[in-house]
Formats: sequence, C-alpha cells, structure tokens
Amino acid sequence: MVKFFEQLGGYLILMRQAFAKPEKARMYWNETFRQAKDIGVGSLPIIAIVSTFIGGVSAVQFAYQFRSISLVPMWWIGSIVRKGMILELAPTVSALLLAGKVGSNIASELGTMRISEQIDAYEIMGVNTPAYLIGPKIAASVVVVPMLVVIAVVLGILGGWGAGLLGNFFSTTEYFRGVQDGFDGYDVFIMLVKAVLFGFTLSSISCYKGFTVQGGAVEIGKSSTQAVVLSSIVMMIVNFFVAFLLL
Amino acid sequence: MIEIRDIKKNFGTQQVLKGISATFDNGKCNLIIGKSGSGKTVTLKCMVGLFEPDEGNIFYDGRNITEMNFHARKDIRREIGMLFQGTALFDSLTVEENVQFPLDMFTNQTEAEKKERVNFCLGRVNLPNTNKKYPGELSGGMKKRVGIARAIVMNPKYLFCDEPNSGLDPKTAIVIDHLIKEITEEYNITTVVNTHDMNSVMGIGDKVVFLHEGLKYWEGNKDEIMQITDGELFDFIFASDFLKDLRRNAKY
Ligand SMILES: Nc1ncnc2c1ncn2[C@@H]1O[C@H](COP(=O)(O)OP(=O)(O)O)[C@@H](O)[C@H]1O
Ligand SMILES: [Mg+2]
Repeated sequence: MVKFFEQLGGYLILMRQAFAKPEKARMYWNETFRQAKDIGVGSLPIIAIVSTFIGGVSAVQFAYQFRSISLVPMWWIGSIVRKGMILELAPTVSALLLAGKVGSNIASELGTMRISEQIDAYEIMGVNTPAYLIGPKIAASVVVVPMLVVIAVVLGILGGWGAGLLGNFFSTTEYFRGVQDGFDGYDVFIMLVKAVLFGFTLSSISCYKGFTVQGGAVEIGKSSTQAVVLSSIVMMIVNFFVAFLLL
Repeated sequence: MIEIRDIKKNFGTQQVLKGISATFDNGKCNLIIGKSGSGKTVTLKCMVGLFEPDEGNIFYDGRNITEMNFHARKDIRREIGMLFQGTALFDSLTVEENVQFPLDMFTNQTEAEKKERVNFCLGRVNLPNTNKKYPGELSGGMKKRVGIARAIVMNPKYLFCDEPNSGLDPKTAIVIDHLIKEITEEYNITTVVNTHDMNSVMGIGDKVVFLHEGLKYWEGNKDEIMQITDGELFDFIFASDFLKDLRRNAKY
C-alpha cells in the first residue's frame, strides 16, 4: 500500500515535469510529430483488422439473436452495430490493443534509454528530460488515439455490412438505413472523451514505467509488461466511470 | 578548475562515498582510478549533478553547484560535455544527428553553421564519412569517437569521461586516450577521466586520484605513482604477483 502511494506520487511528479515549458518549441513539435507517426502508423494495421472483424461478428450475432424474434426488422442491425462500435467496442478494443502495442513499446524504449544512460546524456546536455521524452509521447497519443478510434468505428461498421451481405441478413440499403437511424452526436462525444482519456492514461503510465526503470534487461521486460497490465486496468476503470457519469 | 569538498553519498545503508575531496586542474587530464565498485562512476555523477551528493560541495571555477537552483545548474550544464561508459549515443538518431542534437536544442545557428560545426567535430575525432550511419552500425571505437564529438560540440569547459576505453582493444584504447588528451590541451578543458586501466594512467595521467573503499587513498601524477612500493595502490597497480615481483626486483 505504501508502495502504491509512492508510485502514485512519483507518477504525479513526473507528469508535472513532463508539461514544463519547452526549451525549444520546434524540437518538441518535431518530436511530437515523429511520435504521432510512430503510434498512428504502427498501430493502424492491427486496429483496422481487429475492428473490421468485430463489426462483422457483431452483425452476425445480432442477426442470430433477431432471427428468433421475428418482430425485429433486420435493418436494426445497422443501428445496433453503429451504436455498439461508437459507444463501447471501438474505444475499448482499441485501448486494449494499443496498451499491448504502444504501451509496451513506450515502456521498453524509455527503459532502454534509461539503462543505456541515454536519458543521462540528455540530462547532462541540459535537456529537461521528462518534458522532452514524455511530453511529446503523451501529446501525440492524446491526438492519435481518437483518430484511430474513429477509424475503428468506420471499419467496424463496414465489417458489419460485409458480414451481413455474406450471410444474406439484409440488403445494403437496409443496413445503411439502420446505420443512419437514430444517430446521436452525444455518442460520438462520449467516444472521443473516452479516446482522449485512454490516450493520456496509456501513454503516461507507460512513460512512467519506462522512465523509472532501474537495473537491466530483465527489468525493462518487467516494466513493459507492467505498463501493459496497469494501463489496461486503469483504462477499463476510466471507461466505467465515463459511462457511469456521462451516460 | 573543479574542486570537490568532502563528498558523501549513500545508497540505502551502503556508504559509497565517505567524504572525498580533490581538485581537478584546467587543461589537464585528471584521472580518477580505482577498482571496479570503488565509487568512480558515482563520484563522476555527483560532480555533474546526475546524482545528488548527501553532503559536500562541488565548485566549478569557484561556482558552488550544490547551492545552485535548477536554472543556474542548467546553465553550468551547457559548459559540460560527457562521454558515458556505454557511450549512450541516441539509437534513433544518425551519427550526425547525435552530434548536432545539442546545437539543435540550445543554439539558434543556421543549418549550415550547425553542419559545419558537426563536420569539424567529427573530423577532429577522425571520423569522416560516417555521418549518415546509426550507432548500431558502428564499432566500439567509432562509437567512443562519436561520443567524444558529441561531448565537445558545444565547446565545453569541462569534459567528463567514464571509462573511455572500456570494451576496446588495447590499441584502440590508447588511441582514444590520446584523443582525449589532445582535445583537453588544445581547447584548455578541465577533463576528468574515470579508469581502471594502468595504460591510461601511464599514458595520460597528468593528475591521478586513487579511490579505495569510498575514500581518496592517494593523489599524485603518473611519475609519482611508479614510486609506490606497498599498500592498496601498489596492489592495484601491480595486480598480479608476477608484476609485483618485477617491480620489487627492479633497480630504481
Ligand atoms: N544507482 C545506484 N543505486 C545503488 N547503488 C549504486 C548505484 N550506483 C552505484 N551503486 C553502488 O555504488 C558502488 C560504486 O559503484 P560505481 O561508482 O559504479 O563503481 P565504479 O568505480 O566501478 O565506477 C557499487 O557498490 C554500486 O553497487
Ligand atoms: Mg564505473
């Protein structure tokens, strides 16, 4: 328990330092851009594939459930897939995938830099290391994660459509009538709130875990696993509270 | 000149530095020698401010950094260059970008001025034509050279080298040592070098501080050190019984 509060304190202090004023804005901007590209481009394939299939599976499952209740028209599936993707599936699934990919990446990169004294080398030059090494990663993540979630929603909806056509559950017009029916901007707002919070949680926890590594290669491995586990758990708790408070 | 006064540093219950005082002269290679684990790296890191000493003061030409605030310390850091034991080159940057980084971050020079300075430094350490390579593609000796180039790119007044020839073959080690010595004299830098290599002591030891179990055990220069005939320093210099016998039987 003491250790928990120690870590929480360390985390909060590091986050405060991470948002110090940059020495040279252009260097920070370049670094943020580079990180955004890394996170975005690196994660796009897996998010695209997984969200397409999740949309597909959702459509198949709802079609299966609705078949026994003949009163429900099949075009509702479009509406249900859309709502499910936006409110829960796209943000949550993306968050968990990104924890595995980006979280472990950030933690092991910073951990390696710590162990190999690269962070000390920046420090000696007079660079504000938390600000330069952590700030851009968090900023990039907060911007890129919502973009990835939006892409996940679009591909999920298309996945549902593809699965529906394949299984002959509905026609294209029926499905997209469903997708448009009862569309609520508030859902998108909730989704973006979640995505921004996930982006922050994921990157900041992973940065903390990597930045504070002590020891050697074994500890880098451990810390990147911890980054994945801890950020997944915290994101799911955040997810619950967003739903609880805003829905 | 750098002066350290009664530096103490503990890690948990382990007393690593038990009160070390020494001075390091301008324009000279000042060596800190001692066995592995004797506290050389910790001393160096206290001096540059990567570790906070528990007690003691550190003066850079009279300026006491232990009493300085965060910003004043950052200013002193612009006057410091450091070569790390594992070189600590930035993996994701090319050789040229590594050396240029401090210029990018802290100066307003034009791209052409920066390129010129980078090429000058890489030329000075005898590393032409590797600008576009990544640290992973370089040999140990080349990495040390890049590390030195990066350390001197901002024209430092103070240069710190932690085991500059660790992991190098004896010949390359000597070349790197002499490069450090030449640069020190050429630019009148106060250089502090950690080493456990007697070759370095004899080659570049203008001033030698011997650490033993967290204390300064001996101080002198490379000529005086050869006069030692017993004690911990003697054990350290003449690590093997064979060498000890040679020394004892020598006629001077
Ligand atoms: N960050 C640290 N945390 C705890 N102990 C350390 C740390 N750095 C060094 N030590 C301890 O301090 C002692 C001296 O280490 P060091 O200065 O690295 O020796 P060397 O003379 O080989 O450079 C060693 O016993 C080492 O275990
Ligand atoms: Mg050492």
